[in-house]
Amino acid sequence: MTVAIIDGIQVYSAVQKALERHGTSKDELIPLLVDVNSTLGYLPTEALGQISVATKIPISQIMSVASFYSMLSTKPRGKHVIKFCENAPCHIMGGRQVWEALLDSIGVTEGETSNDGKWTLATTSCIGACGVGPVMMVDDDLYGNLTPEQIPGILSQYA
Amino acid sequence: MLGRIPGKKGNSYMAFYRSHILVSVDPECLDKGAHKVIDALNDELVQTGLLGEVQVLETSRIGDPKLFGPDMVVYPEGVHYVRLNVNDIPFLVEEHFLKGRIVDKYREKAAPVSEEELGPPKSKEVRVVLRNCGKIDPENIEDYIAEDGYQALAKVLTEMTPEDVIKTVKSSGLRGRGGAGFLVGMKWELTHNVVGDIKYIGCNADEGDPGAFMNRRVLESDPHSVVEGMAIAAYAIGAQKGFIYCRAEYPIAVRRLQIAIDQAKQMGLLGENILGSEYSFDLEVRKGAGAFVCGEETALMSSIEGLRGEPRPRPPFPSVKGLWGKPTSINNVESYANIPQIILNGSEWFASMGTVKSKGTKTFTIAGDAVNTGIIEVPLGITLREIVYDVGGGIKDGKGFKAIQTGGPMGGFIPAEYLDTPVDYESLASLGSIMGSGGMVVMADTTCMVDMARFFMEFTQEESCGKCVPCRVGTRRILEILEAICKGEGKPEDLDTLEMLSKQVITNSLCGLGQGAPNPVISSLKNFRHEYEAHIHEKKCPAKVCRALIDYTIAADACTGCMVCARNCPVNAISGIRRQPHVIDQDVCIRCGICMQVCNFNAVEVN
Repeated sequence: MTVAIIDGIQVYSAVQKALERHGTSKDELIPLLVDVNSTLGYLPTEALGQISVATKIPISQIMSVASFYSMLSTKPRGKHVIKFCENAPCHIMGGRQVWEALLDSIGVTEGETSNDGKWTLATTSCIGACGVGPVMMVDDDLYGNLTPEQIPGILSQYA
Repeated sequence: MLGRIPGKKGNSYMAFYRSHILVSVDPECLDKGAHKVIDALNDELVQTGLLGEVQVLETSRIGDPKLFGPDMVVYPEGVHYVRLNVNDIPFLVEEHFLKGRIVDKYREKAAPVSEEELGPPKSKEVRVVLRNCGKIDPENIEDYIAEDGYQALAKVLTEMTPEDVIKTVKSSGLRGRGGAGFLVGMKWELTHNVVGDIKYIGCNADEGDPGAFMNRRVLESDPHSVVEGMAIAAYAIGAQKGFIYCRAEYPIAVRRLQIAIDQAKQMGLLGENILGSEYSFDLEVRKGAGAFVCGEETALMSSIEGLRGEPRPRPPFPSVKGLWGKPTSINNVESYANIPQIILNGSEWFASMGTVKSKGTKTFTIAGDAVNTGIIEVPLGITLREIVYDVGGGIKDGKGFKAIQTGGPMGGFIPAEYLDTPVDYESLASLGSIMGSGGMVVMADTTCMVDMARFFMEFTQEESCGKCVPCRVGTRRILEILEAICKGEGKPEDLDTLEMLSKQVITNSLCGLGQGAPNPVISSLKNFRHEYEAHIHEKKCPAKVCRALIDYTIAADACTGCMVCARNCPVNAISGIRRQPHVIDQDVCIRCGICMQVCNFNAVEVN
């Protein structure tokens, strides 16, 4: 995932690749958006416009889908996205202290991106690993049995 | 970072260190030889001439000494080295401080979690759906076939008509395992009876309930059982195409499902003319995109169609008008996983387990404060007490039992007096809860029930799709009141307002999310009303959880004045000099609890 300002060529190429992979029929909208989101890190408005032209879905409807699903973002995100489970089972197993360690380590509040563009700290709903709670995902990696002391060490593994 | 060079008495001066090593001298680490490690570190630093650049400091507990001791943290990298002994030190110093390379093998293994062990069956477990999990390679279809895989499909295609299949599933008594508990056979019959050439079959693999991950286990460890179940179901209702809607938070499940489908197609067990018969069936995986409400079957269909995941009114039911207006039957992962065995072993076998109205086994997930958390599979009719104590091993850390929540965020809290209730659809409903997906959250007496109700309401409010006003606005208003109560700003009339709002949201919401979201509130008001009243009238949290209503104090007789808490306090609220009891300034204290955690003498109390 990139954080630098994305230029038009990158957007165009990401959208074209997604269209090749999934096709242009209307029920492929969500796979298309997820594809472009994971290539570019988020969904720039230009991308939505290009998808609208290709699929003939009105851009207002594309926007209504892009703003509905939590894995899609219409705002730029950091290089690494942390998703911390904020639901009850992880909370009972000591989630609050781990969350505070995260806030301390990164220095942002929930949903924000750090000034250097490295981290976006988000909360997520249950990931389905409640047996090893508290859990968080950093990009596609899942960490379980978290304690506050582990946080600096885990974060230092990401460039 | 500045520091003092050790060993230079009376002549200490400040120097810049490029690295700091903090070694834990927690009593348990000392038992394991932490001082020897410190000595070895200092010796090695002298030998390599690094003593002026790297400083060794003692600190209190870093990680769990049982798992990690002796351990240390190195800054500025923040690396946590664990389970060290003196022989490791020369290599560690050379690699980390001379060559600048972090030594992975001594590093705490905070590596990504791949799979948790299912383990052998615990007492009272009967594994039907989970029978292959952990025993076969899910990425190899031949393993599945060796365990009687696809035999049921062969039997169905060669010996049974669609009506035979429906009759068998109906008489087994299998009820939908997604939560609603509608008879699976009857659901199929309804779809089968609708006249139409194009029909669809769907699998709801959008397991979003916090505390539930049984479906994930089945999808990751035995995906073919679902594929086979769906093929049989499609034959029964007359569908040619199926979709598995799997949440994107389960990437391994998605991958393995795709592998399973591809392998089944290669072997002629899926696709055109299955096993040489006239029946063709194709299956596709569709990923979710992070919306809990898409677990509701009409919202799920909207999502497959590429729209916002908003539910639709029923009637018309999906059996009549589903995906793209065609008859569709959507069932849960576990419902399908039971089908091959029902076909092979017969409906009487399945009906011999469970109770009169709730047949068979069910997977459950035990989460929260139990000793054994994880997935279990037990016959229905087992009591809650057996689940919590016999299978779950009781409450961990010797705490007392307070409540168990069943059915996920739309379920209710069940207190100790009802522990002998059997677990089946009707009994749980009579207690004000639901079976739901099967997630069970065990709560010890350190849990605040108001805080829990607030937690679940926060979840459902966030996941509400926003389509209907009672749910969208009602859940938010309920959440605001609960938050105010937890902050100490609750008013006496709030309890009546909560009950009134809850009733309105339940009766006027379109889908199961809104209809169930107030259940935790109603059930906690019914069974734990005194906790609400304590929050509102006395401004106290009996379980000592709600931050605004508790304070931390240091017991002067237990405090040794070691200053560890003061050093660790993030807001410098603790004052005191060495060997004198310390004091916490209540105006500055943010109630984070760190002082209580780091104190080695249990001198910090919560009120």
